[in-house]
Amino acid sequence: MPETGTNLEVLAPPAELRRAPVVENYRGLGALTDKLAAFAEGKIPRWWLIAFIPSAFCAAVVLPTMLIYQISTGVGVWGNRAPVMWGWDIVNFIWWIGIAHAGTLISAMLFLTRQHWRTTIGRAAEAMTVFSVMMAGLYPGIHVGRAWFDWFMFPIPNQNGLWPQFRSPLMWDVFAVNTYLVVSTLFWYMGMIPDLAALRDRAKSRPAKFAYGIFSMGWTGSAWQWHNYEKAYVVLAGLATLLVFTVSSIVGLDFCTSMLAGWHATIFPLYFVVGAVYCGFGMVLVLLIPLRKLCHLEEIITQRHIDRVCKLTLLSSLAIAYIYLMEYFIAWYSGDTYERWVFGHRLFGHTYWYGGWIMLLINVGLAQLLWLKRARQNLKLVFFIGLCINVGMWFERFVIVVGSLYQDFLPSSWGIYFPTWVDIGTYIGTLGVFFTMYLLFVKFLPMVAISEVKGVMPDADPHRKPKAKGAAK
Amino acid sequence: MKIYGLIAEFNSAAALLDAAKKVRDAGYRKWDVFTPFPIHGMEKVMGYKNSLVGWFAFAGGAFMFLNVVGLIWFANAFDYPLIVGGKPMFSAPMTFVPAYIMLIMGGAIGALVGMFATNQLPRWHHPLFKNPRFSLATRDKFFIVIGANDPKFSEMETRKLLEEIGGAQIEIVEDND
Repeated sequence: MPETGTNLEVLAPPAELRRAPVVENYRGLGALTDKLAAFAEGKIPRWWLIAFIPSAFCAAVVLPTMLIYQISTGVGVWGNRAPVMWGWDIVNFIWWIGIAHAGTLISAMLFLTRQHWRTTIGRAAEAMTVFSVMMAGLYPGIHVGRAWFDWFMFPIPNQNGLWPQFRSPLMWDVFAVNTYLVVSTLFWYMGMIPDLAALRDRAKSRPAKFAYGIFSMGWTGSAWQWHNYEKAYVVLAGLATLLVFTVSSIVGLDFCTSMLAGWHATIFPLYFVVGAVYCGFGMVLVLLIPLRKLCHLEEIITQRHIDRVCKLTLLSSLAIAYIYLMEYFIAWYSGDTYERWVFGHRLFGHTYWYGGWIMLLINVGLAQLLWLKRARQNLKLVFFIGLCINVGMWFERFVIVVGSLYQDFLPSSWGIYFPTWVDIGTYIGTLGVFFTMYLLFVKFLPMVAISEVKGVMPDADPHRKPKAKGAAK
Repeated sequence: MKIYGLIAEFNSAAALLDAAKKVRDAGYRKWDVFTPFPIHGMEKVMGYKNSLVGWFAFAGGAFMFLNVVGLIWFANAFDYPLIVGGKPMFSAPMTFVPAYIMLIMGGAIGALVGMFATNQLPRWHHPLFKNPRFSLATRDKFFIVIGANDPKFSEMETRKLLEEIGGAQIEIVEDND
């Protein structure tokens, strides 16, 4: 090595210490670009239509019907009745906002920690974040009942000269959810600009050229552009990382500042963050495992990447197990009759006892299968576990929200909660909107970060000299 | 016909970095490289200082933070004083969470605006887009463009330099604007 001026030769590490390449069967930058852009450029496949049509139906027919009926009639069409005034609307709000968190964690935190494997799944996870925050944001807006007064939530003086009360976590929530939506959208879009430019340069048809051209903002990929872009990206990643911890904490504060047994606990902000990330990893598995197969990206989103998401899922499952344990311990240790009553009834009460068991058995129990390498490599099983985690985490939120409300301090005001068809329809509608947007994203936008994946390929390193003769000296 | 510059094509990041060093050493100032992904070490060769984007983000964040603190004071302590739980009308802790959240939003918007401003985007037309090979800059080719506005630019000499440093497909880029 003449450059370093020594004769020391650096030995290659032994095979077991060598890092596997990020992408399998790497055949050069050009072929990689073709591969990554292939799905967005190809014809619409049949599976896509089969998934899209029902999703679009739910999005375009079911959800608007439910919303029009609910907004024009009132929240009475839901199952919300005193004392359970927070029902599926809030459960689903937390569920959706939780799903968003894993996307931000993958795209921002793993970026800051320089995890190269994140480049292949980051974009798809970020899209999941953006769309699920949208769905989450819908719920508070309709939960207030009179949706035409939604602007009361914002710091705009109303006709009585009143302002919002800024000490309330519900008010913070407005800021948090809106910020989350804006920041994750900006982060997602900015990351996409170079890839949109790649699609623009490859586009054959005029409409495609025009659309990708407009949204890629005239990106040329000059050194100056990359210089500023990288700075902006790292700043956005840092800010988005803060949001991973902030948004769900604030949702947790909505609960723990309420004087209600089952809610009034200091662990809630952390509890909600961990739960959010955990549920989101479940959704990442549910989305990615079919997509890598259907979009022929097995060489890009490799089994190893899924394996790592599984390990992160397992880690968050252990964290949530600790929090469940702590929650029960504190309920018992507090000696508070009401706390003990609520927590006892989560598992052994009437009507909702199954919710507590589903939450424990799936979130703590089933996820432990991921310890086994054989389980992590069985993608069907991993998909099933991911699906179950989504169900389990949904029940966790149900147990927290409804399970604490339906038996409050005064037995005479106890009640029972069941969702109505409008609750169910609204939920199905939001799922429809989410999947509609996700499918459109997968088909028409770069679902894998093309420039980022290329940037972590071996020949992207400018200090790696080609082995062929005639190498530049 | 106005000349925008001379474009040369390279096959790998390593070749481009070597070539860029030579262009710099030849004393050119108005030149740029175009790559499908950021190349580490290139900012040093190009002589870039720390990007201004961070300051845009800082300004955006600070602006939002202070504004929200001010808004909360104005709304809950000045315009319509609101007593909540016997606490002071205004105190720093009560403003922190909304102000901090909006700092994040302001910082993020600042970063994006800063990226667009420093890069002078959006710019939907560029003389280079007319060059048919240039579309490979987002695929697997690496380009050096030496601008005609460079004091050292001369079509013959610059072309010779680009040939010497291993550039292929050296062509004149026209500027028709």
